[in-house]
Amino acid sequence: MATDREKAFILLICIQILPWNNHVSTRAEDSTSGNPADLQVASLPDGAQAVALTGDWSTLGLMQRVRRFNRELLSFAARPRICWDLSRLDKLDHTGALLLWHAWGRNFPERLVILAALREYFARLPSGSPNAAEPSQPRRRLAQLIVRLGHGVLGWLEQLRQVVQLIGRLLLDVIDLARHPRRWPSREISAGVYRAGAQALGILALVGFLIGVVLSYLSGDQLRRFGAEMYVVNLLGLACVRELGPLLAAILVAGRSGSSITAQLGVMRLNEELDALTTIGVPYTQRLILAKVIALALSQPLVGLWTSAIALLGGMVAAHLSLGVGYYYFLDAVPKVVPIANYWIGLGKGVVFGVIIALVACHFGLRVKPNTESLGAGTTSSVVVAISSVLVADAIFAVLFSHVGM
Amino acid sequence: MNSAQPTVIKLSGITTRFGQNVVHRNLELSVVQGEILCIVGGSGSGKTTLLREMLGLDHPTAGRIEVLGKALSELGSEELIALRRHSGVLFQRGALFSALTVAENVALPLRELRTFDEALIRETALLRLEMVGLSRADGSKMPAELSGGMIKRVALARALALEPRIVFLDEPTAGLDPESSETFVELIRELHRELQLSVVMVTHDLDTLVALSDRIAVLADQRVIVAAPIQQVVELAHPFIQTYFLTGRGRRALSALNSPTAGIANC
Repeated sequence: MATDREKAFILLICIQILPWNNHVSTRAEDSTSGNPADLQVASLPDGAQAVALTGDWSTLGLMQRVRRFNRELLSFAARPRICWDLSRLDKLDHTGALLLWHAWGRNFPERLVILAALREYFARLPSGSPNAAEPSQPRRRLAQLIVRLGHGVLGWLEQLRQVVQLIGRLLLDVIDLARHPRRWPSREISAGVYRAGAQALGILALVGFLIGVVLSYLSGDQLRRFGAEMYVVNLLGLACVRELGPLLAAILVAGRSGSSITAQLGVMRLNEELDALTTIGVPYTQRLILAKVIALALSQPLVGLWTSAIALLGGMVAAHLSLGVGYYYFLDAVPKVVPIANYWIGLGKGVVFGVIIALVACHFGLRVKPNTESLGAGTTSSVVVAISSVLVADAIFAVLFSHVGM
Repeated sequence: MNSAQPTVIKLSGITTRFGQNVVHRNLELSVVQGEILCIVGGSGSGKTTLLREMLGLDHPTAGRIEVLGKALSELGSEELIALRRHSGVLFQRGALFSALTVAENVALPLRELRTFDEALIRETALLRLEMVGLSRADGSKMPAELSGGMIKRVALARALALEPRIVFLDEPTAGLDPESSETFVELIRELHRELQLSVVMVTHDLDTLVALSDRIAVLADQRVIVAAPIQQVVELAHPFIQTYFLTGRGRRALSALNSPTAGIANC
């Protein structure tokens, strides 16, 4: 009996003298690698077939034709008594080895000619049947649905708890600051008013003016049918001062400042800047969050008022052009037909909306987890939730003050 | 080291200028296949800039950079992508994609070739994790859950994902404690031997420098003043070398050279 080593040697000799046919040919697309990967087939004297692998069987060498090679390898592996010759490879790496390993069913084939140096590439590969420890798919879909629903509700309640906690924290901070007025974060507040208020004036003026024009044209057209053109002043005055001004300003500021507050707090949290502030002895809820809440509570009624004024201006210009309502008449009529209570309601809404936007933005900023995706998702949620909450608050205002100032 | 080996990277006449500030002036450097070349220099001497220029991330004001025989400035975008597949980079802080799991991070370069099937990609990624000394279970973790040493290992696994010919290491042991930095150096040495890599490394850490590098390129006076094995470098009478290698810390690291247990492999 010949030993295994002798058998392999005889096989090797046979293989060297076989008439090889080119089975698959590949172009070298990448000139930095050597000969292209290739498979060659020949018949052995005992009737079985032999496959020789030649060329560059590394990741990049295989790249162009890997699907085809994989098919070929699997079909060869299925044939009985097939002999594999790896002695003529130019290059192999772990990816190439893994491709072969999969084709061989995660074990060395019976008849294999391979150099000892190449065997090392297979040393790390796991043998035996694949996916033994693959977890089984849970089947109960209804139960899963209920569990997901429960998780959703609990998550929502948890967030609610965090918001209440944040509000409580801020109240304590206010009491603390009242006792120590020297710690009042006035610089941060004025910076916040400047960023969320003063810098937003331009865009708010543009949006307010255009909305005023649109509203004036649309309502003017309807009013003309009843010969009631002069009532455009009542309509515009009430809508702008009471509703549109504060609401438009809140939506724009939520998108502009809310997102930036969330991103800023999120990055500061990731960067351990909040912890650094705490260790220096600066309570970050006072310096950052409370300051932002106060800044927005101060600036939001003012920018709401500004938006109302510009929207009225736009409406006035459009009313003059389309309905022939004089500027002097318009300016004279507005204070007469719009009770002063609406002005105060508009300002009050501004304060509430500002607080909501700042609280929501800070809440989501503090929830950012240390990865980029969470930062993006947190910023989006912040804006969406802030705008929705503002609309909810606006509806509550409408119900509560339905008999005031009409 | 075998001088008959071909050059994998060749820098000639590199000049880099940021406004009035000249970082490199007529700099020459080449990297030989299979060696570990370490670039050292003082703060602001342009080590990282040089590394970024070799990667094609920054461009020198003047001069020619050849990687694997191809001049970077003459390549089209497709050729540049093909060339970059032959090199892997370990960034200083890992630069792992924080939204992806560890296994997805390592699988990304292979997946981006868009030819291999999913089972093979996943298996290869797990194999790479094992190569850098992590377990398969680590594959499902997120980068934020990892320690500093593990981040470096995952980043190394990603750099090696395509089994490149050249690996660039930017401060590979920065931010690691002495013990993990020593095991990481050992890992780099092992993989360098196993995968026959050429390594270009920027480091401040003298122990890493002594333990790993075949040759050291010293960046001073806006050029490479010497590129040679460490024994020859320390003999040079240049003020930077005298302060860098021959003050207290340097002496201690160098004394490891003479002791038999220290592992400078083959200078």
